Formats: sequence, structure tokens, C-alpha cells
Amino acid sequence: MTEPAPTRSDGARGPADRIAEPWGERTPYGAGGEWPVRVDTNLEKGLSEDDVEWYRSASILHSNGDEIDIAVKDGRIVGVRGDRHSRVNHGRLGPKDLFGWQANNSPDRLTSPLVRDGGELREASWDEAMGRVVDRSEELLSEQGAGAFGFYTSGQLFCEEYYTLSVLARAGIGTNHLDGNTRLCTATAGESLKESFGCDGQPGSYADIDYATAICCYGHNVAETQAVTWMRMLDRLHGSDRPRLLVVDPRRTPVAAEAEIHLALRNGTNLALLNALLHELFANAWIDDEYVAAHAVDREELESTVAPCTPEWAAVICGLDPGEIRAAAELIGTAERLLSTVLQGVYQSHQATAAACQVNNIHILRGMLGREGCGVLQMNGQPTAQNTRETGANGDLPGFRNWANDEHVDQLAEVWNVEPSQIPHYGPPTHAMDIFRYCEQGSIRFLWVSATNPAVSLPELGRIRSILADERLFLVVQDIFMNETAAFADVVLPAATWGEKLGTFTNADRTVHLSEQAVEPPGEARSDMDIFCDYADRMGFRDKDGEPLVKWRTPEEAFEAWKGCSRGRPCDYTAITYERLREEHDIQWPCNEESPGGTDRLYADAEFWAHPDVCEDYGKDLLTGAANEPHEYRALNPDGKAILKAAEYIPPHEPPDEERPFRLTTGRTVFHFHTRTKTARAPELQAAAPDVWAELSAADADRLGVIEGDLVEVASARGQIQAPARITGIREGVVFVPFHYGYWDEGERARGPNGRARAANEATITDWDPASKQPLFKVGAVAVRKVEEARG
Amino acid sequence: MKIGLAIEQTAKAEQDLAERLWAAGERHKADHDVLHLTKTLAKLSEEHVEKLAPHAERYDASIERQVSKDAGRSRPLAATIEKGAELTGRRPEPALLLLRDLRDLHLRAAEASIDWVALGQGAQAAKDSDLLETVGACHAETLRTLKWTTYRIKTAAPQALTS
Repeated sequence: MTEPAPTRSDGARGPADRIAEPWGERTPYGAGGEWPVRVDTNLEKGLSEDDVEWYRSASILHSNGDEIDIAVKDGRIVGVRGDRHSRVNHGRLGPKDLFGWQANNSPDRLTSPLVRDGGELREASWDEAMGRVVDRSEELLSEQGAGAFGFYTSGQLFCEEYYTLSVLARAGIGTNHLDGNTRLCTATAGESLKESFGCDGQPGSYADIDYATAICCYGHNVAETQAVTWMRMLDRLHGSDRPRLLVVDPRRTPVAAEAEIHLALRNGTNLALLNALLHELFANAWIDDEYVAAHAVDREELESTVAPCTPEWAAVICGLDPGEIRAAAELIGTAERLLSTVLQGVYQSHQATAAACQVNNIHILRGMLGREGCGVLQMNGQPTAQNTRETGANGDLPGFRNWANDEHVDQLAEVWNVEPSQIPHYGPPTHAMDIFRYCEQGSIRFLWVSATNPAVSLPELGRIRSILADERLFLVVQDIFMNETAAFADVVLPAATWGEKLGTFTNADRTVHLSEQAVEPPGEARSDMDIFCDYADRMGFRDKDGEPLVKWRTPEEAFEAWKGCSRGRPCDYTAITYERLREEHDIQWPCNEESPGGTDRLYADAEFWAHPDVCEDYGKDLLTGAANEPHEYRALNPDGKAILKAAEYIPPHEPPDEERPFRLTTGRTVFHFHTRTKTARAPELQAAAPDVWAELSAADADRLGVIEGDLVEVASARGQIQAPARITGIREGVVFVPFHYGYWDEGERARGPNGRARAANEATITDWDPASKQPLFKVGAVAVRKVEEARG
Repeated sequence: MKIGLAIEQTAKAEQDLAERLWAAGERHKADHDVLHLTKTLAKLSEEHVEKLAPHAERYDASIERQVSKDAGRSRPLAATIEKGAELTGRRPEPALLLLRDLRDLHLRAAEASIDWVALGQGAQAAKDSDLLETVGACHAETLRTLKWTTYRIKTAAPQALTS
């Protein structure tokens, strides 16, 4: 066990208490006020701030983008401190960041490449390991072509690394099969912005919290997913003019506990509720008619779609009271300054994009965009997911370009100096679930997984494991630890991580940060960018003049190249430099000649990136995902206005029945990130949440004869897990299981004949949103039964 | 008045489309989006037949309404078909079978669509606004099915044809 952290010199409680009180002490403030600074620090015992060197960075344990100074002593990371100058966190850090840095120093780090021989992984040199990757690549290129290659990356690399990967996959190999695990966390955010505003790009700013008179959190347990943004909201809620708070969530989360109105709806019914809320906005004329007439299209379609969606209608579907729905609509409809935030409760649930678009619609209808306190935050899940989206490592083309617009592809071909035909654009870039489907069928035979752990994080793990284990698939895994996915690899490449490499990344409100290299990577580990550049070199990828396709070697050179690619697009980085980021700490894009200081809010002037010539997407049918043809979009939206996308509610694909009467939803805890490969190696975080659990309502627990701590089985048609029960304020009929827990640290208890399955995704359904292709982790039918009484 | 004939033909085309959607979903269980979406779209087509029923009565036409496949299929049979889909799911050939089935669905949807066009023209000439309203609402949904098959073929064909 680690020593308790030291008490701060000012007498305030130290970081050790931040497990018991994840959000720390309140620093209340009123509307329009400055959020007070509170600097959170955690240093190894016996060290003071003067004993160490400090290096600038930001968090890669969530998407908030909290700016962090990394403390280094004798070449080792020894602590962290929140950056008091940060526009994002004003000095604060969440528990994951206060403790998570210890994972860097873990003795479990991968320090040498591994190759598989005779069924076993053994250490190898970089030359041998990369030689195997290159040999297999060349074989497959001549045997089958680019379609044999899939790349599955992350939301945790740096901007420069994604961009390098995007160039080598799309123009080097020339494959359409590149996506990120951002598909699981943020695809719907991007898709809903494309559908509503023509292009990806976060409309709002965290600073909107300072001004809002009403905050609505849709499926967004912000307290646990972006702890520091919740501190900001809490400080407003405890300040002089408390904003009204509406929370839509089947669980009584810490956010719901603070809400004026908490709509604990059945999971899978978000769209029904939102359509009813819109119905009420129309019925009560809570609409900015002038704004809508000037800046939006398709009002009639939306109005007629929601016309039958009365609160009484939705109440039956959602399991709510019509009066609650009316009250929520009143809160939204009468707010002077409305801030809405959306996350996985919407993105990973049934009719994800359709529901997220209705939140955008609320803001379009109320004319509440681009002003202080009036914004939408379609949040991200992972820390650098924003860059995965921007650089086209996520199933889009780089720079939010439209794959169906030949001019956009030509621009890209010019930036990369390749023929347009070298960049696949005959269809949308392949999304992750299809990449794995092609692996399953055996038509993708080379899969390179970087910085993610699909063997725990994808749905229906039995299926995923059988795909990864298939001998036809050559699997490359690039990571910092041996994880459940790496166990299947043919080649494992040890990577450097945060603090061990230089680069930039961008958070959910478009804030760009620089992350310095503070220490050397362990052993022979290399930065992801070095690995990608090495592969590009060895493969000899060339542009059309015979020059190297990847023309950079250092992060700063890569950043300069990315700036060129971003030029003229919404995510314009052209006026940002490493030097400026070192001086100014953070800058929000777009940042170019027109807006050299960056841009706090998009769409202040209702100038959307929706014109047919500039939009990133021509729109999709939200029920089927079928893409509009360019001419259809041009006819609908010739002047590039916002689009009021409408969709009818349909029941979830797998409703509960007699055999499986519960609705399963998975989610997160404030103490862990993703599949815990880092956070479980921080003793305080591991101790705070060491094992999986299953949340049940008191009424359901009663019926099942379950008390707190009893081992229960949660079983779907796909698989089952066992977990101790927790009785909470969750809605009846719903069971919640955190998705973080896999098997790498299970030891004796690991899966096997006598093992206990504990990864929530054993049970989740293989199904995804038709428009965003985001898997639906939050709606599936399960049975729950007691297996064993609580011990002791 | 031949409108009854046009109603019969349209209903038959939608019924046929629904059945083929159900069958395609079961055959391609390992293509999970196809599995789920074909069910959604099949239910819509079955609803179209339902919505034509009162009009058929008025025009003295008879349309065949089958029990929805959603409720109808026995569990053992469904399980056998699903197992078959699972077993073939790991082979590359189903990618080509999927293309073939999507092509077939596309043609069936096109047939239903053009039947709606003809019926809509008839309804206008007969000044039957009730029928016209039904045609308008249902046809939009059939066009959506047609659009989906196009889109799905576009995304599936490159990999299926080059691997």
C-alpha cells in the first residue's frame, strides 16, 4: 500500500481525500463570474514543488482536457499539478489524474517488441518485429491488395500520430479500413453535428457553464466522466444564482442527485422523450421563429414528425410521468441561457444519432447557439478522440472532408501529393464494426491495433475473441502494457505514452494542448509516431513524384504538415504553433489568420459549415443510415443552413421479455479509464474500485432475493457475467455494469473452466446506430439471478 | 374502375418485400446491421399492407395478409436458420451472397415503389384523397428501403468484389 499523501501547506485536505471526495471542495461562483482557481497537486511523499522539474501537458485519462504539469525528479515522473492558467480546469484535477500517472512507472510496462513463435510470444529486436510486419504487408499487398488491411486505433494517441497513421493507411497502403475506438465513444457526437450543422465541430465552450441559466445533461454522468467539468457545474449550482438542472438518466447518478428535474427514463427510449420535449416547444411557442426562418431548413418535417408525440405518448414508452416531461419542457423552453450536454447514455443507446440530433434541434429552435451560456456540448469519451476525428483516423477523411465530394478528395490528394484514386473514396470509410466483420469473414487478414483493447471494450466478447484468435488474421498490437488483446497478437510493439513523447492533442471543446516529453520511455519502447514513421519508411511509401509519402520525422514537423491539411477547414490549426502553445497554454480552434486568438464558440453568426460545397456529409436517413446523394442535399440545403433532422421513435431491437426481463446498461466509474490498463496500476484508484459490480434497484433486488454484496449472474443471449450486487437508486427493470473490468489482472480467477466472467461486454449486443455506427452498449435484454450469498 | 387491381398489386409487392426482408435478415445474421434493419423495414412493409386493407375493402379488392414473420416463426426453425448463418458467417462467400440478396431486395423495393407510383396516379385521378394520403406516407418509406439497399450495396461491394 502507498503512504497517505501529504497535507497541503495551507491546511486544506490533501489528494488522499480525493478518493472519498472525488470533486474536492466547493469554490462557488455566480453567473458571469470567473471560476475561482483551485490548484490540485499530488507529489510523491517527501517532495515539494521546488524539488522537481515541471513539464506542461494535459490529461489523457478522459476527454475534458484538463491541463496538467508533470513533475519529474531524476528522470522519473513523481507527480502532477493542475495548471492554474488553464481555461479548462483552472488548476483542478480529477482523481484519475491525481493518481493515474503512477502507471507510467509500472514494472509491467512493455519494454521490448514481441513476436509469436510456435504459439508463444517471445522478445525480439525492433528489426525482427518490424521485419515480420513488413513482410506480411508486402505479401498481402501483392496477393490481395489494400482491402486486406485494417487499422484500428485509439482515442489516446496524439494529433501528429493519428495524422501520420491516416496518411500511411489511406494514401500509403490505400485502404478504406481505418477507424478508431472513438467509434465506441464519440462517433455519434461527430455524426449528430454533421447531420445538424453540416460538419463536425463542437458548437459550445466549457465557459458556457459560467453563464448558463439552465443546464441539461442527457445521458451524461459528467460527475464521473469529466470530473472537473462537474466541479465547474457544482460550483455554479452552489453559487449565488443557481442554474436550473435537468438530468436524463435511468440511474440516480451524482449529477441526477443535484438535479431540479431528473427524468429516470427506460434506457433505449431517449428519442421518444426528446420528440415529446420538442412537441412541447412547438405547442407552447417556445421557438425563436425568426432565427429558425433565417438559419434553418426542414422545420415542417420536424414539426409534423413530433406532432403526435405528446407527453402522454412518451410517458408510456419512457416509463415517466407526463407531468415530469412537461416540467422538463418548461425548463428548456423558458431558459434564458441554455446549455445542453450529451454523452454515452445517448450515444451508446438505441437511435443514438437521431436522439443527439434532437438536442441540437432544441438549440436551433430556441436560437441558442454561439452566445455566452447558450451552447451544445456533444461530448467526447476519450481524451484525444477529437484528433482522431479531425485527422481522419476515425472513419472520416482528414480535415472534416467529405468523402463523397470529389473536390475535397482532390484537395487531400494535393496536400499529400498523390493521385486522388490512391485515396479510397468509393464509399464511406469502413467503420470499426465492419472492420471486425471483414476480419471475421477473412477478407481483412492484417489488423494493426494501436492503443486500444478490443478484447474487452467491444460488444459480444466471445465473438471478438474468436475473431482475434483466427489464424487467418495477422494481428499487430501496439500498446504500453500486455493486455487481453495483445495476448492474441502475432507481433507486439511497445509504445511510449503521455509524458514520454512530444505532441499536441485537443479536447471536447476544441482546446488544443501541447504535451511535453518529460521523461524517456522505458526500455526499447518508442513513440507511436516513431513506429508509424518506421513502418512507412520500411514499406517505402512514395508520393507521385517518388518522394517519401510521410515527409516528417519529428512531432513538430508532423504538426506543421497537419496544419497544411487543416487549412481552410473548420478545424483550422494554421495559426497555432508549438511556441504559441508553450506560451499561451491552450488555444481553441479554429485558429487562423481570421481568428488568430482562436475561437471560443462556433456559429456565433449562424454561419454553419453546411453549404453543399463545404459540408462534411450530405446527411443520412437516421433510421437506416442510408446516405443522401449530393443532389438531394443540394436541393434540401442550398444555402448551408442548420438542418432540423427529424426521426420517429421505434422500439429497441432487443426488448426485454419473460426470459430476459431486464435492460442492461454499461458505463463508467470516476476511478477508472477504459479497460483499466493504466488506472488499475495506480494503487489508490485500484483500491477505490477493485472489481466489477452490478447495480440493481431495491425493488428488483427484493424480488430476486438479493442483498448488497450477493453474487449475481447477468446473462444475455450472448454471454453472462457474475458480479457482486449493489443496491442503488437505479430505475426498476434496469441493471448497470461498469465496462472497465477484464481479465489481465485476474490471475487465478481468470476466465476458464472455474473462472468467473466479469467483462460486461460478454453480455452486450452486437448492434450499432445506423447513422453513426456506434455500438449500442446501453440497451440489451438480460436475465439476472442470484448465484451466491454475500461473504462475511 | 381498376384501382382495386392496383391496390392488390401494390399490397402483393409490399408483402413480398416484407417476406424477403425477413428471410434476408435470417440468412445474414452475422451481418448484424442487416439482421436488425431488415426486421425494422419488414415491419414497415407489413404495416403498408395493413394500411391498404381498408382501401381494398372500399374498392372490393382482396389482399392477402399474412401473419407477420415476427410472431410466426417457430423457435426451433429460427434457431436452425440462425445456426446456419453463424456457421457460414466466418466464410468469405456470404459477402457475395449478401450482395445478391441486397440486389434482390433492391429490385423488390423498386417494384413496390413503382406500384405506389401507379396507385398514387390512380388515386389522384379518382380524387380519392384518403387513398392518396396513404400512398404518400407508405411510398416515402418504401423509397427509404430502396435507398438503404443502394447504400448497403455501395458499402459492401468493394470488399466483396476485391477479396
